[in-house]
Amino acid sequence: MPVLTTLDTAQDLAWLQQIIEDLLKEAKRQGASASEASVGIRTGLEVRVRLGAIETIEHTRDRGLSVTLYFGQRQGSASTSDLSPSAIRDTVAAARAIAQHTQEDPCAHLPPPERLAQAVLDLDLYHPWSLSIEQAIEWARVCEEAGLSYDPRIRNSEGASLSTQRHLHVSGNSLGFIGGYPTTRYSLSCALIAQEGDEMQRDDWWTTARASADLESPEAVGQRAAQRTLARLGARRLKTCEVPVLFSAEVATSLARHLVSAINGHHLYRRASFLLDHLGWPIFPAWMRIHEQPHLPRGLSSAPYDHEGVATAPKNLVRDGVLETYLLDTYAGCRLGLPTTGNAGGVRNLRVEPWPLRSLPAFAGMTQGVAGLDRAALLRELGRGLLVTELMGQGVNLVTGDYSRGAAGFWVENGEIQYPVEEITIAGNLRDLFAGVAAVGADDAIPGSIRTGSWLIERMTIAGE
Amino acid sequence: MNDPMIVARANLLEPAGLTMADLERVLSELTAASVDMADIYCQYSRLQSWILEDGIIKDGAFHIEQGAGLRAIAGEATGFAYSDELTLPALIEAARTARAIAASGQTRRVRIQPKQVGSLYPPLDPILSLADSDKVALLQRVDAEARRADPRVREVIVSLVAVQDTVLILAADGTLAADVRPLVRLNVNVIAEQDGRREQGTSGGGARADLGYLLEGERALGFAREAVRVALVNLEARPAPAGTMTVILGPGWPGILLHEAVGHGLEGDFNRKGSSVFAGRIGQRVAAPGVTVVDDGTLVGRRGSLNVDDEGIPSQCTVLIEDGILCGYLQDRLNARLMGTIPTGNGRRESYAHLPLPRMTNTHMLAGAHDPEEIIASVDLGLYAVNFGGGQVDITSGKFVFSASESYLIEKGRLVCPVKDATLIGHGPEVLSRVSMIGNDLRLDEGIGTCGKEGQSVPVGVGQPTLRIDGLTVGGTRRGWEQRAASSLALGD
Repeated sequence: MPVLTTLDTAQDLAWLQQIIEDLLKEAKRQGASASEASVGIRTGLEVRVRLGAIETIEHTRDRGLSVTLYFGQRQGSASTSDLSPSAIRDTVAAARAIAQHTQEDPCAHLPPPERLAQAVLDLDLYHPWSLSIEQAIEWARVCEEAGLSYDPRIRNSEGASLSTQRHLHVSGNSLGFIGGYPTTRYSLSCALIAQEGDEMQRDDWWTTARASADLESPEAVGQRAAQRTLARLGARRLKTCEVPVLFSAEVATSLARHLVSAINGHHLYRRASFLLDHLGWPIFPAWMRIHEQPHLPRGLSSAPYDHEGVATAPKNLVRDGVLETYLLDTYAGCRLGLPTTGNAGGVRNLRVEPWPLRSLPAFAGMTQGVAGLDRAALLRELGRGLLVTELMGQGVNLVTGDYSRGAAGFWVENGEIQYPVEEITIAGNLRDLFAGVAAVGADDAIPGSIRTGSWLIERMTIAGE
Repeated sequence: MNDPMIVARANLLEPAGLTMADLERVLSELTAASVDMADIYCQYSRLQSWILEDGIIKDGAFHIEQGAGLRAIAGEATGFAYSDELTLPALIEAARTARAIAASGQTRRVRIQPKQVGSLYPPLDPILSLADSDKVALLQRVDAEARRADPRVREVIVSLVAVQDTVLILAADGTLAADVRPLVRLNVNVIAEQDGRREQGTSGGGARADLGYLLEGERALGFAREAVRVALVNLEARPAPAGTMTVILGPGWPGILLHEAVGHGLEGDFNRKGSSVFAGRIGQRVAAPGVTVVDDGTLVGRRGSLNVDDEGIPSQCTVLIEDGILCGYLQDRLNARLMGTIPTGNGRRESYAHLPLPRMTNTHMLAGAHDPEEIIASVDLGLYAVNFGGGQVDITSGKFVFSASESYLIEKGRLVCPVKDATLIGHGPEVLSRVSMIGNDLRLDEGIGTCGKEGQSVPVGVGQPTLRIDGLTVGGTRRGWEQRAASSLALGD
């Protein structure tokens, strides 16, 4: 029984484009001075196998449209999962009803026309996969089996799942912008449970890609899940201490995400960020660069234009350790007196990398960064301290930068892993963490939307026994 | 229109031109001979939101979602498909897709019987309960109250959300149930500044009620004053201590402790699969004597309450831990059947496009005998935490975290000074075994909780009395705080 065979993408896109045109026309008819709209269809399959047996087969199919109307400087929005012609009329009317009660906001307007994307760049994001349900089940089965058979201490499983997704999306506005394109996304994941004596530990691994050929093999995912789970057995606690901390690549991405949130224009104009008024200031060591690559072929968050239709372009967020840009859409930019940076809807593919050393006075006397270290070299550099491989909870205060999260990982002495640790917290302030990055490794864990090696932080407080 | 079934027919079936007989036909199509369980979940949901920022009503949105989720279960395997079109051909197609999980067989004729449901909340549409102009005026009054409260208040964001969720559930065992669930929520976030330091304070609340709930006794204005109070307290906060210490948790929302430390670990799916630290421990001691924890979906008007769950099972009050002994799990139909027990009315789903899972409703600990003042006075050195952000748990190892957003250092039985946000971490059964005093001041939260599991969000409630826990790890930055306690005491005064 085939699913996700190449449906008629061109025909579906034409249909969605017609819906956008109808929405914009209806908005004008109902008196809006400007409007923007988007519509999408997401279809897919998710199968999960546990202990070799099928657990779930889910067929997903989500549709939705949304519209924002402007009446001068007042706005209102509405959305629905119904794409019928009557829903178009009702949704526009609902947005209009809202706009009758919102107030004049000088920043409520569409982006400048000259910033809108002129063409839809092909970023190689659509790779249909004709996969039968039986084949999907086989992928999950092989993946879980590779994990279950890896070691006798792997006693149980939460299962392995494979999911496929095809997404068609079209957006447009009353300035004449209209664009749409299809994308695909595939994920395979496996979560296992290891047991020894009374102790039980769980961990997982996953792979995700635009094209099925770019997925890690099912065997590799299952084995990696098993290795990560087994490595946790025998976990101890630590005494409260202050030591250097190495964030392994898969959790270092969260530090980059905190940066992204802190320089998001919506947090800045609300004065809700510890990086307020830091544009042009050094916030990282001088050898660090963080680069946004929205046009990366097959990139997991690549996009030719942002949620407002503004053309995206590669740029440095951080260069020579200095914060070079905020992340702005038209509204937040207007509130801060700056032009949009084409980041409506977020940031698209970040690359964190050590960059040719250039000393800045602000960092004189600080530990020099060390570029391109592999895991073993990073552990040597860490010497005695904590390697973090898992973070828990939401303990990040973006207003103050205060950071306090649950952690698990490994205790390291003389540059070598000694034993797994758990039930500890790590704490500090993101301002100090960012300035105190001693090294960024060359040990990328996963080709996700944020690519970075591990981050070595000079010093954090660990709370334990 | 006080009967949810009448509202459900009017909201779901009549606009789509569907009849109950049509749905019976779809259910029969879904139910092949080898199918053990099958159900149809029809949903129509309306949401309206408003946001005030910089003193103006900046934006508002209206969202409508409707569709039906169809599920067929054979043994442990579930087939699931859904449709956002409520038409007979679309539902029949979804039924055939979902039942492909079962080996083919004759379809079975299913006859449904309407089920009487409780009335924990009226089947109203809260969006229509107040004129839009009055909603806008309410937000403006809340904004003015926050700004009036203190000149250090710099930014105020107020949001208001009203939802009406109508569901109709048909199951192969003949169940037919309808529920109309109103939900309102108001949130206030303020930023206060003093001498270049910036801190935030958040407050809010809501219920399964109409918007009049927020107007009763100036409740909404109370949220504004509370958000300002928290922000001002945080302006004075010192670095939090680091290490394991005695922790006192205030009443109400700190009950997030129970949600993370025991609630998730007692959900049926994790226990059937043996992946929970609590698996196979019914009848064993998992908490100190005196600790009784319940999950109660039958509290009138509460955010986590349900007349029937998303599988058509009436909500109930389930005792999870009684006097420290583990006595029950939270079950949906699938896991109850596979574990040879009965469902507890805890089968919940985010929407028709998601599969039901065992989930909590309102989880709380019953009151004890101690006066809260007496509990604080009993602590020589420790932390008093009264407000929290979110939490998270690893149900397999039992490790959980929850993040304090308002807490104070206790020295010699007195609150000394507020301290900065810190994450607390512990092991579920161990921490509950260290509960040494239980207050007489049981309180439920204000109606702000949302629980996430396997990517699905559902509204929940928590509650507890003041608790003393002898040993919980506090993730601050200040080491050696025991030694420096004497000097901080002086500074604190």
